[in-house]
Amino acid sequence: MPPLLQIQDLVKHYKDVQAVRGVSFTVERGSCFGLLGPNGAGKTTTVEMLEGITAATSGEIIYQGLPLGDRFRYEAGIMFQTTALQDFITVRETVKLFQRLYDKTLPVEELVERCALHEFLDRDTRKLSGGQRQRLLLALALINDPEILFLDEPTTGLDPQARRNFWELVHGIKKQGKTVILTTHYMEEAYELCDKIIIMDHGKIIAEGTPQQLLAQHFSDVVAILPTTELANRELPMPVIKNGDSCEIITHDVDQTIQQLIDAGVSLAHLRIRERTLDDLFLQLTGKELRT
Amino acid sequence: MKTAPAQRIKNFRFKHFFAVLAARNIEFFRDRAALAWNILFPVLIVAGFAFAFSTDKIDLYKVGVYGAQTADKKQQSGFLATEHIQFIPITDLQPALVRLERHQLDMLFDPEQKRYWINEESPRGYLLERILRGTAAQTEFSKQSVTGKAIRYVDWLIPGILAMNMMFSALFGIGYVIVRYRKNGVLKRLKATPLSALEFLTAQIASRLWLIMAITTFVFAGTNLFVDFAMFGSWLDLFIIFTLGTISMISLGLLIAARLSSEELAAGLLNLISWPMIFLSGVWFSLEGSPPVIQQLAQLLPLTHLVDGARAIMIDGANLIDIAPQLGVLTLMSLLFTAVGAASFRWE
Repeated sequence: MPPLLQIQDLVKHYKDVQAVRGVSFTVERGSCFGLLGPNGAGKTTTVEMLEGITAATSGEIIYQGLPLGDRFRYEAGIMFQTTALQDFITVRETVKLFQRLYDKTLPVEELVERCALHEFLDRDTRKLSGGQRQRLLLALALINDPEILFLDEPTTGLDPQARRNFWELVHGIKKQGKTVILTTHYMEEAYELCDKIIIMDHGKIIAEGTPQQLLAQHFSDVVAILPTTELANRELPMPVIKNGDSCEIITHDVDQTIQQLIDAGVSLAHLRIRERTLDDLFLQLTGKELRT
Repeated sequence: MKTAPAQRIKNFRFKHFFAVLAARNIEFFRDRAALAWNILFPVLIVAGFAFAFSTDKIDLYKVGVYGAQTADKKQQSGFLATEHIQFIPITDLQPALVRLERHQLDMLFDPEQKRYWINEESPRGYLLERILRGTAAQTEFSKQSVTGKAIRYVDWLIPGILAMNMMFSALFGIGYVIVRYRKNGVLKRLKATPLSALEFLTAQIASRLWLIMAITTFVFAGTNLFVDFAMFGSWLDLFIIFTLGTISMISLGLLIAARLSSEELAAGLLNLISWPMIFLSGVWFSLEGSPPVIQQLAQLLPLTHLVDGARAIMIDGANLIDIAPQLGVLTLMSLLFTAVGAASFRWE
């Protein structure tokens, strides 16, 4: 079976900005595909071309073996990064409005259940919290029981609890075999949800693979973290990266590093060891913090 | 995903149209501040002008000049050179006599046939007759008379006031809403659905149209109970010309809002269009006798044709055939504005 989406050499130029500079990738059916990158990397523009919202300057998008056509609007579900809803109508009325725009739709009860809309179903959409609003937008994206679901930075601005809740909803959608395309600049989100990711910067793909593959390819070390105050005025035999209140020591041999710290008289009471993350990978690939 | 215009019309889905129409209507009725203003503004403006002018008459001396006469006083001598009288060229005698009967003209003058008409019930006619006789030999012109009840200024004014109010509600009511929807991303979200631009725009037109017609009918009927406006034509004909005029103005609002995403710019453009219409469309004073360039410019404005048509029905007793030119122009303008608006419409 061919991939659900095949993207070949996609380019988008605005007047004096080259937002996307020739990206190619494929999205397999039933997978969660992540586009990662900092603000301005070109991931939203790329996704909006895939959604048919923005016309590409050049390149090819093949959906189920054919170029994107009008039927795609019936088969795709989209949750934009920023969307307002019509004022003065309730959550229930909003869901019904969108239901009438499609031929094949999920029952309201199922959407309510799946996206946990019960408690605010008759509330004016202007009075929803951030998390409730995102759940409603997800319900609208699922209203036509789509083959492919686009989620563009769905948890930006949510508190950690609301973000976790949202991830649970996406896990549920994945279990139903839907294909999900996710853009995010939260690495832990990509790690949690995505089967395959591409990392974009300056409109180009700079890395591609599963999160585990990418980390294994680029890192065989771990990071030891200590409070900055513990290391002040001490001569250490390894490089130390100061990062505000904490210092990081990158090491391939944790035992040896710990021994060196003990020898130097450093207290290990607040020592933490962490594995390399996608944030580290991005920093290594681009020399930039991901969320700048 | 571009679709040809014919295909777009063929693909039109009434299910989508009614979904958007219903949602827009709910929004309008729940937005209490906007609803109150949309009812209060026409009440204030129509009732205010109706009562303020209900006893006054037009305060200009107007003489219709029958035949190929120029209105330029510098090239005239005798009566036609008199200052402070507005001389209006007349080519059709019968409608001019009706206007004389209704005191819309103070005198009808035919210099070629050496005759003139005045309304025996009009003091202005009497004064103009004295002036005519003072500027010409007494026996030179033969006098003919008509009679008829005076049309108050308010009767002449009310079609224009109603039309002007409809214009404001149509232009600003539709223009602002579309631009706001675009600015905050509502349109972008709808673009991702199978809803077409034509379905969305026609639903907006329908929603605003019935609201304007309902409010205007209510306000006009209420004011009429107290002021008893002159009505020589058919109420149904008046409803038809107002409906068509409103559609043309809503379409114009859609055209202006087709691509803008700045509410400030939209407000500027809407003002730029609405204010000239207020002054050049004959709402407050007749454009007869005004420079030809002004009259030609006025023909480009939908409000002119709406006011002319409505006034002809109410004051001259015209029927739909009589106002076919106005109906035709308003239909053409509506189709043109909607077609260009839909073709150039931008969701984002």
